[in-house]
Amino acid sequence: MDVKVSLGVSLGAVLAIVLVALVGAQVSSLQLVFGILVPYAAFVIFILGFIYRVVDWGRSPVPFRIPTTCGQQKTLPWIKRNKLECPSNTLEVIGRMILEVFAFRSLFKHTKAEMASGNIIYGGSKWLWLGALAFHYSFLIIAVRHLRLFVEPVPAFVNVLDLVDGMLQIGAPTLYITDILLIGAVSYLFVRRVIVPKMRYISLANDYFPLFLILGIGISGVLMRFFIRVDIVSVKELTVGLASLHPVLPEGIGAIFFVHVALVSTLFAYFPFSKLMHAGGVFLSPGRNLANTNRAKMHVNPWNYPVKLHTYEEYENDFREKMKNAGIPVERE
Amino acid sequence: MANIPKYYESLNLDYKPPRGNWMDRPLNIKSGIYCYPARPNVLAGIQMNDRSDWGKYWVVEDEDWELPDDWKERFLNKMRDMLDKYRTFKIYMDICVRCGACADKCHYFLGSGDPMNMPVMRAELLRSVYRGEFTKTGKILGRIAGARKLTKGVLRQIWYYMFQCSECRRCSTFCPYGIDTAEITIMAREIMNELGMNIAWIQESCYKCIHTGNHLGLQPQAYKECIDCMLGDIEENVGISFDVSWNRKGADILFVTPSGDVFAEPGIYTLAGYLLLFEYLRKEYGFDYTWSTYASEGGDFGYFTANDIAKRMNSKIYLEAKRLGVKWILGGECGHMWRVLNQYMTTWHGPVDFLEEPVSPITGTKFENAKAHKMVHIMEFTADLIKHGKLKLDPSRNDRLRVTYHDSCNPSRGMGLLEEPRYVIKNVCNHFYEMPENTLRDQTFCCGSGSGLNASENMELRMRGGFPRQNAVRYVRDKYGVNMLACICAIDRAAFPDAQRYWNPDVGCTGITELVANALIMEGEGPRTNNLRGFEIATWEPKP
Ligand code: SF4
Ligand code: SF4
Repeated sequence: MDVKVSLGVSLGAVLAIVLVALVGAQVSSLQLVFGILVPYAAFVIFILGFIYRVVDWGRSPVPFRIPTTCGQQKTLPWIKRNKLECPSNTLEVIGRMILEVFAFRSLFKHTKAEMASGNIIYGGSKWLWLGALAFHYSFLIIAVRHLRLFVEPVPAFVNVLDLVDGMLQIGAPTLYITDILLIGAVSYLFVRRVIVPKMRYISLANDYFPLFLILGIGISGVLMRFFIRVDIVSVKELTVGLASLHPVLPEGIGAIFFVHVALVSTLFAYFPFSKLMHAGGVFLSPGRNLANTNRAKMHVNPWNYPVKLHTYEEYENDFREKMKNAGIPVERE
Repeated sequence: MANIPKYYESLNLDYKPPRGNWMDRPLNIKSGIYCYPARPNVLAGIQMNDRSDWGKYWVVEDEDWELPDDWKERFLNKMRDMLDKYRTFKIYMDICVRCGACADKCHYFLGSGDPMNMPVMRAELLRSVYRGEFTKTGKILGRIAGARKLTKGVLRQIWYYMFQCSECRRCSTFCPYGIDTAEITIMAREIMNELGMNIAWIQESCYKCIHTGNHLGLQPQAYKECIDCMLGDIEENVGISFDVSWNRKGADILFVTPSGDVFAEPGIYTLAGYLLLFEYLRKEYGFDYTWSTYASEGGDFGYFTANDIAKRMNSKIYLEAKRLGVKWILGGECGHMWRVLNQYMTTWHGPVDFLEEPVSPITGTKFENAKAHKMVHIMEFTADLIKHGKLKLDPSRNDRLRVTYHDSCNPSRGMGLLEEPRYVIKNVCNHFYEMPENTLRDQTFCCGSGSGLNASENMELRMRGGFPRQNAVRYVRDKYGVNMLACICAIDRAAFPDAQRYWNPDVGCTGITELVANALIMEGEGPRTNNLRGFEIATWEPKP
């Protein structure tokens, strides 16, 4: 199976979801399924699945404290240590994690190695970092903006976010900056996977599928807002109903809405069973979330067990005469 | 070395993997890349699986690897066991997003261009099996989900590439989740022990170490002889003669260092450096230490094969410290030795209540960072001495040297020991130049022969893996006239001469304590016209 198959399968899967949702939207009994049952089911799968995965990770202990140290250790008092890259207490670990989780610090270090006339050249390369940052932050902001559909009255911070995000005031309704960023960043991450030979080599359908899915979510959202308008009052009736656990199914919501919801639901349900779990894993990764304090504080391994030793006594028994001849002291003459 | 391109100008790699799916690429096992399998008697001698239950030895280039009927269960059961024991393993199997940040970070990839040496692919070899054998989605979706079943072909691939990783963790530095491919390699190697599939170079060192106390298999009298011989050389070159004590009860400090430095050049001069430094401290300040023939190995090749063996080998250090009743332990220059000491030792054997919290007997400095562990790195110890002005030094004796420093991968990424060695070098040498920053500190490269891959049959792999480091050395050689590569690792000192004869034939290699000892002004010394290597200081041209 090569790239084409991986791409075909992932794109096909996303298109199939779109198609099913379009069909479902035409049949009022199926609207109930796609508007209410599927989102609920997806949400439940997401929550339970996420918890299950994290608990499952937690069931395996961390026998050794083996963080990757990327800076100067805490040592002699006059040597300046690197608190963030080589943390030596919980607070510093939190600092390291904050930078990792919110600023993608390790990706920031990214370089690109190339060979030119027999030498390796390491070029700075911030695009991956920028792309990842743009993608994750626009996704987050868009998700928060969507709160206005689920809570009534709309919280003030959501309104503020809306205002800032729509600052450019292009067109009516206003185009959000994050919409452009999200679609742009996802497209970049996708194109990178397909055209960079190394990326194409390592990419799987599991990598293309979420990208197509999120791209589909973005496009259907933008379509809904600008081109194929839906009745926003009914939409809000449905979403608030979902959130308040009193689901209602108003008449006359456009089909595109159901497509959007189906894609989002798929993303939710798919999340816990995929690489998207990196969202949880980044917090639990022992390569980053431990302090480099092994020599100052003992770390306990819950399954530590005694091993067969070659004791000094056995050693001396093996070599006693030779040791004596060489003038090395022995315990028993 | 016959099948390696002779000059690296010809090593023109474009780092472009071929088209098509990697799962379909046939495995092409090349001699010069792999190490020979361990012999059954060696494995039996350390109670490891020696294949005697199914009675078959194996040859890497054979089609049939002589596996037992239930090989698959053995492999998968052990893998399950490791997944349950190590959260690292489980999480690293689950969360890689294949972002590619690690792809061009591995020295083996950079030197060979083999796409399976991209760290992410190394991990995917095992991860694909994890998906196919342990996850529901993988079982249902198969290859679409990047999953595959464990077959003999897959096992061959895993084995071949897990012994092309030196567990250096450079990839992990760049990974947004800290995924540590070294850890995955460690797991894979341990799993494959169930099938008796490990390499001779590592297992023989383990065997020797468990039985004689050191990797070289030096028996107590031979170990002592080596050091006596060095004392003779010191007398010749420095003009002072002294003795050292062996297995001495009641000494203040036990000194432990890798045995590699007892035997081969240029490591032996690092060892001569320790001898001279400690003699200086003894005379000036009454420093009281002992050598041990029982704990005569700081390194731990067990770490490259199985947790169990690593722990067995490492246990001698604390056992001996306890038996001799010393206050604390001083450790020499070594890379993986310090990764193991720092990240595993107290967890294996602690709490270490039979030793005292380390305090320098000379400066009174408390090594707070080693409170629980009770072992101090020679660079921490020496840096502290220099800072307090306790060493009389004449750095001009190193003036013919234009020195650069190689951060050995383990002390940098497994410990964070970055500035101490630099401080020491700058105080004993007048000419010090740094290599480019993308090849240093947390981004440092492996020498190319780490994690027990410094055998001789895999020389092509070693030369290729050593290339990124040597390329950076060549950069400072051309720019600043650097002629000496300093390091704090015994494997480096064993590996660099080979790599340098190949890539940089006019650059030498040294441990830092050798530089210290050459600069050290000893009470009652003879004319110091020669350095510790017996070359005339004024005219010396270092060579690998
Ligand atoms: S950097 Fe980390 S997440 Fe990215 S491909 Fe490598 S191991 Fe996977
Ligand atoms: S640990 Fe080092 S040798 Fe192993 S894959 Fe990563 S960079 Fe390569």
